[in-house]
Amino acid sequence: MDQQRKVAILHLLHEDSRLSPETIGAMLGEDAEDVRRVIQELERDKVILRYSAVVNWDKVETSRVTAVIDVKVTPQREVGFDAIAERIYRFPEVRSVALMSGAYDLQVVVEGGHIKEVARFVAEKLSTIEHVTSTTTHFLLKTYKADGVIFDDQEEDRRLVITP
Amino acid sequence: MANRMDDVISLGVGEPDFVTPWHIREACVYALERGYTSYTSNRGLPELRQAIAEYLTGFDLHYDPERELLVTIGGSEAIDICLRAIITPGDEVLLPEPAYVSYRPCAVLAGARPVAVPTRAEDGFRLTSEQLARAVTPRTKALILCYPNNPTGAVMDGADLAAVAKVVEDHDLLVISDEIYAELTYGRRHVSIASLPGMRDRTVLVSGMSKAFAMTGWRIGYAAAPPDIMDAMLKIHQYTILCAPVMGQLAALEALRNGRAEKERMVERYDQRRRLIVQGLNDLGLRCHEPKGAFYAFPDIRSTGLSSEEFAERLLQEARVAVVPGNVFGEAGEGFVRCSYATSMDQIQRALERMERFVRSLR
Ligand SMILES: Cc1ncc(COP(=O)(O)O)c(C=O)c1O
Repeated sequence: MDQQRKVAILHLLHEDSRLSPETIGAMLGEDAEDVRRVIQELERDKVILRYSAVVNWDKVETSRVTAVIDVKVTPQREVGFDAIAERIYRFPEVRSVALMSGAYDLQVVVEGGHIKEVARFVAEKLSTIEHVTSTTTHFLLKTYKADGVIFDDQEEDRRLVITP
Repeated sequence: MANRMDDVISLGVGEPDFVTPWHIREACVYALERGYTSYTSNRGLPELRQAIAEYLTGFDLHYDPERELLVTIGGSEAIDICLRAIITPGDEVLLPEPAYVSYRPCAVLAGARPVAVPTRAEDGFRLTSEQLARAVTPRTKALILCYPNNPTGAVMDGADLAAVAKVVEDHDLLVISDEIYAELTYGRRHVSIASLPGMRDRTVLVSGMSKAFAMTGWRIGYAAAPPDIMDAMLKIHQYTILCAPVMGQLAALEALRNGRAEKERMVERYDQRRRLIVQGLNDLGLRCHEPKGAFYAFPDIRSTGLSSEEFAERLLQEARVAVVPGNVFGEAGEGFVRCSYATSMDQIQRALERMERFVRSLR
């Protein structure tokens, strides 16, 4: 299967990871067995890392806090930013780490059950890591859209049931 | 009836399930903020006509935006005023059927006698020159074409159209070509009959924003025609409509200028759903030819022993799935139902499950 087809499969799974190889095959006009094989390859090659659900946690846990932290670091000889990033992402409370261009170097997203938990993490863990020169912590107040999904309850289909 | 029932999955909707792309809606909001609230030229905003002319060149069509294009209240108005402009009472108008439901009443209101030309599932519901030639009489004035077709999803390629064009020329007919679904073709590019040699001067092209850009509620369409026919259409338009709404026209302008990417995204979605529903219908035992355009599947339900009306009614009552019985699109649609796949993948899958249970209960 060509690259374009593989990308199409990935897009469909990214949107709904529960789609079966049969359904994907029907949608793309491919054989279900071929789709199954490609998905296995993508899993083996770590292109697909995990299947998960997009959850609106605001509706479930009221005390959950998320912080987006801008981290400035001094890159190290030989390993650049990677070694520091690794020291940060090993903490389980860190949800994501990305190297950024611009005013700071690493964007770190941290989640915790309470604001104090996050504050302690920043003060005791993150800012004490060698080569971290500064941190700016922003607490996330509300998620409107994430990973292409709008979080506000959308209105139902407004169309008439039968139209010409 | 379907509108009043609960928990109905509708495959009966003849319009996109997508909301108009935000950049188009936003352009309209901006236009309102700046106070664009007045009449426009009868023919439509000059910039919009220019954009339509440029857009049509993508189909090898070349129209003068000053004299040959008219912005209308949807393709619907274009169909109506075109018929009124060209018909002398008693003229016959040929309607390949199954056909979109408006043509027949519009033809009658214009004083014409509509004459059905049946198309068949065996031909993929394409119009053949033989069927067409058989229906022509000395009173025949015009032929209404609609490809990609509502309700069958049929498309006509260049060769199919050339055969039809020959009959049209031989009998000196006019063509009203409703190409509102031109953007919704799968794996092929739409061919307009007006792009064939000799056809431009005897064709009125009707199209619009509704289907391609998910803009049904905006009511913006357009017609392209040679100047003599256009002048007659313009007279009716200017005294009955004056002009299409300016906000909608500005939104249409944004759609034509910057809407390509979103449109392609929607077409890709339709294509995926199309494959799924066609396979699903065939799997559950309703034979379904491959629709190559628009967003309708038109399965054959004769194997159930029910008429189109009975099938649609019982499917709704017993399985809560709404489809449109094929006979409403003309006699040639009897034995078929129209299933729109302009609905979410999830709904299509659930509808197919319900239909399977229903069809099994009949056997
Ligand atoms: C074949 C066909 N022509 C014309 C129209 C009318 O479209 P508009 O919204 O541009 O008036 C429709 C709408 O369903 C259609 O299916």
